[in-house]
Amino acid sequence: MRSVTNTKPMLALRQPAIALPCLLLALVLVVLLLAASISGAVDIPWTALPRALFATPVTPDEQLWQSVLRDVRLPRVIFAALCGAGLAVAGAAMQALFRNPLAEPGLVGISAGGALGAVAAIVGGASAFGLVAGAAFAGSLLALFAAWQIGRRSRAVAGLLLAGVAINAICGSLTALCTWQATDAQLRSLTFWNLGSLAGGNWSLLAFLAPWTLLLSALLLREWRGLNALLLGEREAGHLGFAIRALQRRLIVLVALLVGPLVAACGTIAFVGLVVPHIVRLTLGARHQLLLPASWLVGAIALVLADWVARRLAIPAEIPVGIVTSLAGGPFFLWLLARWSRA
Amino acid sequence: MIQIEHLTCVREGRTVLADVSLQVAAGEVVGVLGANGAGKSSLLAAVAGDLHTSQGKIALDGQLVGRTRPRQLARLRALLPQTSVLEFDLPVPEVVAMGAYPFDELTAAQVQVLVDAALIQADAADLATRHYAGLSGGEQQRVQLARVLVQTLAACQLNSKASLLLDEPTASLDPRHQHGVLAAVQALARQQQLAVLVVLHDVNLAARWCDRLLLLRHGQAVAEGTPQAVLRCEILQAVYDMPARVLPDPDDAARVLVLFG
Repeated sequence: MRSVTNTKPMLALRQPAIALPCLLLALVLVVLLLAASISGAVDIPWTALPRALFATPVTPDEQLWQSVLRDVRLPRVIFAALCGAGLAVAGAAMQALFRNPLAEPGLVGISAGGALGAVAAIVGGASAFGLVAGAAFAGSLLALFAAWQIGRRSRAVAGLLLAGVAINAICGSLTALCTWQATDAQLRSLTFWNLGSLAGGNWSLLAFLAPWTLLLSALLLREWRGLNALLLGEREAGHLGFAIRALQRRLIVLVALLVGPLVAACGTIAFVGLVVPHIVRLTLGARHQLLLPASWLVGAIALVLADWVARRLAIPAEIPVGIVTSLAGGPFFLWLLARWSRA
Repeated sequence: MIQIEHLTCVREGRTVLADVSLQVAAGEVVGVLGANGAGKSSLLAAVAGDLHTSQGKIALDGQLVGRTRPRQLARLRALLPQTSVLEFDLPVPEVVAMGAYPFDELTAAQVQVLVDAALIQADAADLATRHYAGLSGGEQQRVQLARVLVQTLAACQLNSKASLLLDEPTASLDPRHQHGVLAAVQALARQQQLAVLVVLHDVNLAARWCDRLLLLRHGQAVAEGTPQAVLRCEILQAVYDMPARVLPDPDDAARVLVLFG
């Protein structure tokens, strides 16, 4: 029997640092943000970037570059980064909360409800972005509330999951019904919500969305201990002092408040919230003190990349970004499933 | 210390515990024995605060379990579950360090010291560089024990008292580790003044390492006392519904050996 009042660690158990991978990912994100913002229908040379960002333009070229960069590209890539980050960190939290690798932010009806709200508003005659986004946010909260009310009858969190599946199906069919009713002009704006688009990114939207997303993400990041403990099981997490029902409620509300406005602003973007946490887990491990911030950063990187591809592939038109994330995320997910079934 | 007074629990219409009373003093190891479904795990769950008690009361260090918040309960007691599966894989030290989650006041260095100590106590120091999912059942159980020991050691350090609840801690261990784990638990109980309540299936193991035994049958206490006092043929026959012989240990007259069948 050895004494437990030793003062220095005997075994080399130190965990790999959290700061270093996050710093590296942040660096990649910043470089990518700049690279994505100079490339598109109008290409801005690297060398002109500092002047376009900070100086007063002199030549007509510089004037064009500056207005493209400042008014169009920068808000758009930052918007993409925020959406990707929020969806990915929410997905990581949901997977731990439901103890299910297939969980994602849309699972409890947030995305489907948002899409239904938006589609219903468009078909109902609304055309202003603010009105449609408001309807989308209301739709996602309503869908979550419905799933919550049905799911609470069951004691386990699985009840909420099953209710979410049902709510998703109902919202999906109602969305299809609205789409069937829509006029040709409305159909074009409907694809925006169903396939996701980052074209709505501008500074006035970001002025609200950026602080909101950062605040909610920070609040979610603080829950890493609870999420780690939930990996052991609900009962074990309870024995470690977490009030389980309250923790689950808090996590769901945080995810809804984080993802709801994002769905309202960019529509439903598939696979980011599902696949990004898995990529991070496979490379950096499942410790939530690292998984959450790293998913945030990788989610931002992934969606900026996807948006870049969506803008570049069919210049001067652009592909809805949700198609790009699905095209890239779908096969990746199949590979992930194959890997799991082998293990 | 653990005080259980006239505890009755009803689970889905069935009385799983009926009028059970037990005291576990600081520094004492008490074993709970009984056939499958006798109420052993229910007793542990009730003491841990998981189970609603219909009648009677349970107190940990004077605090009533039913009226204590989860956070405070976690600082009073730790429970080792029978099995624990991680949904996503984690490194072993991360799992063990979770035992320190209820204690915000500990620094990372202090937690590290506790983790090291607990891994050695649970004979799991050699697993420190591994990942949880790659371990065998017995290894996982020792890692979980180390996690629970971190929680108990931290509680001892900060409150100088703690209760440790173990649900079949030896279920998937080999004989050497069965004795090693219970020896470590007994030594810790003495050294840190822990109150230990442990569910066991192996009667001889219980007789060897427990100060007192509680024998349950259909949720009722059949006998309670020192191993020598309660391990008798007629009691064992009643508890396990099968004939048992009790022989004096040829090497140590103060001990008994139990043979079933």
